[in-house]
Amino acid sequence: MTGPALELIHARVEIAGRAVLDDISLAVAPGEVLGVLGANGAGKTTLIRAALGLAHLAGGEARLAGRPVRGLGEIERASLAGYLPQERRVGWNMPAWRIAALGAVHRPPAQAHRIALEALTGVGMAALAERGVLDMSGGERGRVLLARLIATGAPLLVADEPAAGLDPDAQFKIMELLGARAAAGAAVLVTLHDLTLAARSCHRLAILAAGRLVALGPPAEAIGRDILALAFNLDGGLIDTPAGPVLAAKPWRHP
Amino acid sequence: MRAPVLTLVLFVALALAMGLGETSLSAHQYVQAFADPASAPAEILWTIRAPRAVAAAVVGAALGLAGAVMQGLLRNPLADPGVLGVSAMAALGAAATIALGLTLPGAVELAALAGALMAGALVVFLAIRLREPDALILFGVALSALGGALTALIFNLSPSLVTTSEVLHWLMGSVANRDWGDIAAGLAPMALGAGLTVYAARGLRMLTLGEETAALSGLPMARLRAAAVAGAALLTGAAVAMAGVIGFVGLAAPHLVRGGVSDDPARTLAPSALAGAILLVLADLAARMIPTSEELKLGVVTALFGAPLFALVAWRASRSWRT
Repeated sequence: MTGPALELIHARVEIAGRAVLDDISLAVAPGEVLGVLGANGAGKTTLIRAALGLAHLAGGEARLAGRPVRGLGEIERASLAGYLPQERRVGWNMPAWRIAALGAVHRPPAQAHRIALEALTGVGMAALAERGVLDMSGGERGRVLLARLIATGAPLLVADEPAAGLDPDAQFKIMELLGARAAAGAAVLVTLHDLTLAARSCHRLAILAAGRLVALGPPAEAIGRDILALAFNLDGGLIDTPAGPVLAAKPWRHP
Repeated sequence: MRAPVLTLVLFVALALAMGLGETSLSAHQYVQAFADPASAPAEILWTIRAPRAVAAAVVGAALGLAGAVMQGLLRNPLADPGVLGVSAMAALGAAATIALGLTLPGAVELAALAGALMAGALVVFLAIRLREPDALILFGVALSALGGALTALIFNLSPSLVTTSEVLHWLMGSVANRDWGDIAAGLAPMALGAGLTVYAARGLRMLTLGEETAALSGLPMARLRAAAVAGAALLTGAAVAMAGVIGFVGLAAPHLVRGGVSDDPARTLAPSALAGAILLVLADLAARMIPTSEELKLGVVTALFGAPLFALVAWRASRSWRT
């Protein structure tokens, strides 16, 4: 695949007549991790849902692998994109491997089982493959759900807040894992809250403020002083350290 | 518990239901019942006890399966055929037919099935549009209340005490005096309903992860959800047509078996049907054997035994309800 795995072209989403996402244009290419950042309510999840055809577009277009998402059948869409929603509630206490195997639902059971165990190994949960997901901590369950996303083997992986609620090292590991999928040729779209984590683990960042795209580019460019003030109400910037960039900022005070 | 064990238990329960009764038979008479189809013991065994026990098993299986489907679909361990209003509308159909004095054979049964299917069609229509299971449950509660209110209205306006008592008897649920013809008539819609739930099973499993994940899983969720609701409606309607309103079986059966299949909603279906059958055969045996001046109604027995048992099961199962 040569073209972008996902494109939004002047996308606009309205809720009750009010634009919650306006004039968004961006693309995610195979091999790259694009992070979507923004304050609470800026429209990160809506952007993802619009791109996957789950939110109705009031204007513009969303495309997966160059094809309008609205015209895709269920199986086609699933073959083009895997999705990990922010909602981490699991209905029943099924074993981790059965949950992960739901990512490979169109494969024969034996193959789905093998793919599920591989994916669980990838997220460091192989030892708990037989444990019920409701008998786990929230962070462990999050990793099992990420394993399900990876088990889809889709060329585009979309994860809404994959690092939320995880230990600091687990956050880096999750992003390394998604980075490895990108290195293997997948396109990855994630939303994140941690600017330092985003700066270190994403190739490019898209910054949203009040439903509009205010910056799009490599982390050092996207997280500039002006953008930090505009999108996050922060006064500061990224500092390069031996471990990688770190955000140093304080809440903005109007003079 | 798994299917082979449950099947064995069901056969033991059926054998008990056949062996025990008001008239106790000697070993010789059992031999006679098998050897001579025209003998009195054969009459008792094959035209009274057997169809009654089989009717209880079939109705219990339908309700247990419908309960497992509803709980899987709504991701809610408190769901059952009653929750979506299907039972209430089936009961309303039957009550209206009795009150109107339609005495054609099979009219009451057909009206019950029609009531269930109308409620089912309404719920299918909404299930495609309302993705949130909570919304569907609230709608079911409203439909259930409406069905109950309209049935009460029939009592209220009913001209004769005889009609009222007949409707009331019917609402209490029973498999007494069912013959093989009644069972055969109910099997067709039940088989169709069971087929639909088998088709919907993989969708129920995917819904464990929530509506958003299921929507992008590649499964035709709208169709699977509609099949699940239609299947549960057919099963419930046919069960109500055959035996009246019987509560608790659809609620309790899935809980008894869920642990044995590691909570998987798709693999809960078959064991849940078997557990429902066992529960209702034993409940009907209890209804027959408990010496009371007037024979206990099956629906009364399931509620009397079911409610405390269910409270116990719910208490123990509550650890797996965390969200």
